[in-house]
Amino acid sequence: MVSRIFGRHPIGVVLTAPYVVFIGVVFAFPLGFAVWMSVHDYYFTAPGVTVPHPFVGIDNFKTALTDPAVLASFVHVGVFLLINVPLTVVLSLVLAVALNRAIRFRTFFRAAYYVPYVTASVAVAAVWLFLFRSDGLVNQVLGPLAPDPSWLVSSTWAMPIIALFVTWKQLGFFILLYLAALQNVPKELYESASVDGAGAWRSFRSVTVPGVRPATALVLLLAIITGANLFTEPYLLTGGGGPDGASTTPVLLMYQLGIQQGKPDIASAIGVVLVIMVLVIALATRRLNESRSS
Amino acid sequence: MKTSSRNRTRGLAATLLAAALVVTACGSDSGGGGSEAAAARGPITIWYSNNAQEVAWGKQVVDAWNKAHPDEQVTAQEIPAGKSSEEVIGAAITAGTEPCLIYNTAPAAVPGFQKQGGLVNLNSFADGASYIEERSGDTAQQYKSPDGNYYQLPWKSNPVMVFYNKKMMTEAGVDAEKPPLATYQEFLDTAKKLVDSKAAQYAIYPAPSSEFYQSWFDFYPLFAAATGGKQLVADGKSQFAGPEGFAVADFWKQMYTDKLSGNETYTGDSFADGKSAMAIVGPWAIAAYKDKVDWGVVPVPTADGMPADQIHTFSDAKNVGMYVSCTKQATAWDFMKFSTSKEQDGQLLTLSGQMPLRTDLPAAYPEYFKANPQYTLFAEQAARTVEVPNVPNSVEIWQTFRDAWTSSVIFGKADVQQSLTDAAAKVDGLAGQS
Repeated sequence: MVSRIFGRHPIGVVLTAPYVVFIGVVFAFPLGFAVWMSVHDYYFTAPGVTVPHPFVGIDNFKTALTDPAVLASFVHVGVFLLINVPLTVVLSLVLAVALNRAIRFRTFFRAAYYVPYVTASVAVAAVWLFLFRSDGLVNQVLGPLAPDPSWLVSSTWAMPIIALFVTWKQLGFFILLYLAALQNVPKELYESASVDGAGAWRSFRSVTVPGVRPATALVLLLAIITGANLFTEPYLLTGGGGPDGASTTPVLLMYQLGIQQGKPDIASAIGVVLVIMVLVIALATRRLNESRSS
Repeated sequence: MKTSSRNRTRGLAATLLAAALVVTACGSDSGGGGSEAAAARGPITIWYSNNAQEVAWGKQVVDAWNKAHPDEQVTAQEIPAGKSSEEVIGAAITAGTEPCLIYNTAPAAVPGFQKQGGLVNLNSFADGASYIEERSGDTAQQYKSPDGNYYQLPWKSNPVMVFYNKKMMTEAGVDAEKPPLATYQEFLDTAKKLVDSKAAQYAIYPAPSSEFYQSWFDFYPLFAAATGGKQLVADGKSQFAGPEGFAVADFWKQMYTDKLSGNETYTGDSFADGKSAMAIVGPWAIAAYKDKVDWGVVPVPTADGMPADQIHTFSDAKNVGMYVSCTKQATAWDFMKFSTSKEQDGQLLTLSGQMPLRTDLPAAYPEYFKANPQYTLFAEQAARTVEVPNVPNSVEIWQTFRDAWTSSVIFGKADVQQSLTDAAAKVDGLAGQS
């Protein structure tokens, strides 16, 4: 009976229990609560204050998805993902391969790529503001080629600049994942490829890329999830989703609605839609990655 | 093997779901409030703002109280860090962890806190309404909630005015003692001189970002002045989509179009950094810019100019709220009155330069204003301040307005009148909700 419930090794249940509880309290409960809020008329109240929270079906979803600002925010985050995810995968793989070789100052470069990842966004955002202001370093170098309006106040350029910023900031972490994966690619495969006359590019395509495919799946998944939850960067770089709302994201609007405006029910509806979209995109990406490997 | 693994996975998922539902169902039911709390006395906790001057004021008022009330000790701490005080307070109300009193309650947040059931109705104290109205006079009416009760004690204001850099004015060939800034046209001409002469990169640089409260420091002071003291919303109707509101918007749009104001986020203090020649600020700026800028101050401009003693402006007030978790509300109410007494208001004025929301300030503290004449203008201005409207959905109303403003005025992407008219229609709907 015990083994039927707890499996052949009950101690395993004991050892995993703390993490299961953690998952339950920090992820499962909030997710379940958010889904519940999204179909009820809900706002936060003081303990002991009883107010009715009637079931409203899909009304909150209707309110959210008929708001042009919400729809635009999904488009903005889509643009962000289209730029950020491929750039992240390609750059982190190429740089990891380079850093895996016996190059000079390898340790310095490894640390240098990792530093932005561990530095607070507020600090590095100030540097990017300095670079991309209308009178910033980038425009001074570009001279007459500088865009007008400038990068962060241009509806066209604001989101791509944010995507570049996030790519640069997170690159160190993804390089680290690829570096770990590269250690598992057998050296013999490179030697065989070399004997067969493969050059550096051919070895990269035929040995390295397939060899790190599981890491690529992880990088894709993490880049999509963190990208879809974009909040801090537009909050800091474009003054809360500017110019004229061109860099708002679903999470930024959830913050405005749920925390500032006391409408957590509508914010939750946006959150539920976002979770579903991320799951669909992540699943599609995984299938694509798997079909390539087979 | 595969089936048993699947069963275990299902079991785990079911356990997690059940746990989630159980935790969801188990809402906390603690908290103070009720008639017992209203009459109870004993130790209480308060929060105050974290700026150095207010901390100094807070410490001395608590020390003074504690010496005289050994059985009703007050413990004070700075408001915990967060993106904004309002978010920290909102979260604390939900969790039931807020203190008895918070000396940093923003009037715009009060409707939300009230809806949460987080604030104590001060009219429930026998002398609640009379104390507030005697201390603050007619100004107190702006802080009444739609149900006619006070859920906040009007504490202090920071009436905003236009600070200017005298050195930059001189460099631009403008009379630094009497710069022409009274009308919109004068302001635009002076701003153009400042920028064309390269005395400053921008004439004035209000934050162009999208946060709901930023309109309090560009549109709202000028709108208050233009309308002789109208609020954004009155009697459930928006007031800004009219000739005065459009004129204010057109003025600012001209400032942005001519690049006399910047539309990029600036992380520093543009006025202190010499990036702009003017700033819209409250009396706190006197101490802040004392050693950095040789400044002068004038009232905000109006379309055709107006005598200074008739100009209204935004109050930028912060008030005191009593929160429902407080189990010793009688002590909290007494401490509220003690900390807003004439003596303690004088201390606040001396230590922070901020204006207590009490009637006829210059007459109440003549010695202070004689010794600090630069504060007199602000004290006189404090008698003509306009607060944010105390209406339902206050923050959403301001965000709606801000979105229309950034789109049409700051970035010129939409027609100003159309944009403000559309925003007004939405605001009317929001203000009419309960």
